[in-house]
Amino acid sequence: MNIIDTIFKFNGGIKADTKKSVSTVRPIKKIKMPKQLILPLRQHVGKVAKLKVNIGEKVLKGQLLAEADGNVSAAIHAPTSGTVASLEKQLIPHPSGLPDYCVTLIPDGKDTWIEKKPINWKKIDRKETIKKISESGIVGLGGATFPTHLKLNNNNEVKTLIVNAAECEPYITCDDMLMREKSAELVEGIRLALHLLGAQNAIIGIEDNKPEAIEKLALLIKNDANISIKIVPTIYPSGDAKRLIYLITGIQIAKGKRSTEYGMQMFNVATIVALYKFIHCGEPSITRIITITGKVRTPNNYEVLFGTPLSDLIIDAGGKASKNGSFIMGGPMMGYKLPSVNVPVTKAMNCVIDAEPEMIENNNPVLPCIRCAKCAEACPVNLQPQELFWFSQSNQFEKAENYNLFDCIECGCCSYVCPSNIPLVQYYRYAKSEIISDRYAKEEADIARERNDFRLERLQREKEERAKKIAERKANTSSDEKSKVIDEKRKAITEALERVKQEGVSEKND
Amino acid sequence: MLTSVLVVLFLALLIGSILGFSSIKFKVDGDPIIDKIDSILPQTQCGQCSYPGCKPYATAIAKGEADINQCPPGGEDGVRKLAELMGVEYKPLNEEHGAIKPKSIAVIDEDTCIGCTLCIQACPVDAILGSAKHMHTIIEKECTGCELCLPPCPVDCIDMIAIQESTENWKWKYPVFNIKNQKQRVSH
Repeated sequence: MNIIDTIFKFNGGIKADTKKSVSTVRPIKKIKMPKQLILPLRQHVGKVAKLKVNIGEKVLKGQLLAEADGNVSAAIHAPTSGTVASLEKQLIPHPSGLPDYCVTLIPDGKDTWIEKKPINWKKIDRKETIKKISESGIVGLGGATFPTHLKLNNNNEVKTLIVNAAECEPYITCDDMLMREKSAELVEGIRLALHLLGAQNAIIGIEDNKPEAIEKLALLIKNDANISIKIVPTIYPSGDAKRLIYLITGIQIAKGKRSTEYGMQMFNVATIVALYKFIHCGEPSITRIITITGKVRTPNNYEVLFGTPLSDLIIDAGGKASKNGSFIMGGPMMGYKLPSVNVPVTKAMNCVIDAEPEMIENNNPVLPCIRCAKCAEACPVNLQPQELFWFSQSNQFEKAENYNLFDCIECGCCSYVCPSNIPLVQYYRYAKSEIISDRYAKEEADIARERNDFRLERLQREKEERAKKIAERKANTSSDEKSKVIDEKRKAITEALERVKQEGVSEKND
Repeated sequence: MLTSVLVVLFLALLIGSILGFSSIKFKVDGDPIIDKIDSILPQTQCGQCSYPGCKPYATAIAKGEADINQCPPGGEDGVRKLAELMGVEYKPLNEEHGAIKPKSIAVIDEDTCIGCTLCIQACPVDAILGSAKHMHTIIEKECTGCELCLPPCPVDCIDMIAIQESTENWKWKYPVFNIKNQKQRVSH
């Protein structure tokens, strides 16, 4: 093991007051079993999971509730034993504030596990293990919720595993607390992930504001030559995948490329611990650690079951204390306002902040852009935020795209430094979603065009075939034969009529 | 004298053969402007423009027979794009061709459907499934919302349902500020 000091500093970024210490004074807490668990079917990137249980069915802890639909999807398991009460649209933590389909589980209080099946990963083929992981419901727990099994699959190109322990956003401490309390599981998990990836060495990238975690980890990997720690300075957004890779290795991932093409893959610490739990203990992804912080009386980290109502956690943390405030999910830089406190904890929920209004909305008036280019200095991706702003606000999406709008990581550094208080990221998000929906509409239009063309072609073909058939029939039956046929038919009809008449007469006579 | 005549003659032949060759080699099949117009049109195939589909309307625009503001499903945005492409002034949608409606899809009330196949014949994108005397249904994904299946239905069992906003199709909104609040803050 070694601690590497050399780092490659990226441009821009900000040094903000991290406010992390408020939620790290107490150990990770568990709360008593909630009255009901609400599990949204969409908690991950990709297709919605397919429901596999019936309403009213009794399920055991860890039992599959919904299976992954296709490759880019993730399963959902019962976080405890109980009864499946309903499947209906309920409020979920989503920036839209719109409801989505959720399974409601009423716990029976017994918390009985389904038979756990740990995997002997050293004995079986690693492809086999990865296939099993695709049923575990594990997704990236750093917040991106990308299905983990997809990231494990590679053609032996990954040489280095980078463990993302930076946790750069202010307020959030769930990864820090996880490293302090579950460091042994994490290190075992790293060894496991190295094996699954077929990688040789692992580098833990961690910000220098987590000395306790660094100490714990350093002790555990003392005799392991394959795992090293790299301490990076506390500069937001050092935890962004490409920024962290640059900080650690000095390699810039080119536009449109993936880190695997450079022989690297990155996992968040919480994801690695989830992998460890699945392989070593046979426990699917049913819990996570979440930071409840901000204005609440006792900010804390909680290890909770997915589906736990957020309101239960807020009450346990001393209740809402901000006046006119609201709750932010994620950090203050990239997070969004929750529609209500009555939403369940999901796989993506790493932190909830009880925030005063000025923390979320800039209270100062929004002034015109003065082209000071402070945003360009702060942008860690080396974009030109002032140009992107200009094109986004005037709906010139094509130009915004040419200025690499989609390379923007929405870190919020530009909005943070803007002296005119312009919510720049909001404009980028708006422009991005407009472009994406335009693309989708275009795809749909192309399909419609294709189908319409095909239909017209088919109608034409049918018409031609019919004309051909008629022509053929005409050619086959000469006019003489035709009149013969008609004569015969007429004869038959007259005969039949005669018969009927005669029968009618005979009936009358009777 | 002779040399210059020969040179000019030679050049004329050379350039002529290059032009002749390239006119065969780089021949453009169809009118590219029609395809360009067609790619802007929403492909609803609804015929509200008074042409039997998007392609015929595109052809009519290219020929200068139709105006650019006859496509309600394309919306104001579509007119703007067409104006830009054709190099003409933007003009608001012609209301004779219908109003802009939110994007909808057709839904068949399957209990009422008598299986007459009339809607199937009307659908421009073959998005209706069914056969004679059997219930029909609409392939949601393929429906363009053209409403052409509504008039032929003898039992009036098709409804247009506007597509609801969901977590899947939700978009970030344009940032809006409350100017009144801002003014107050500035004055303080």
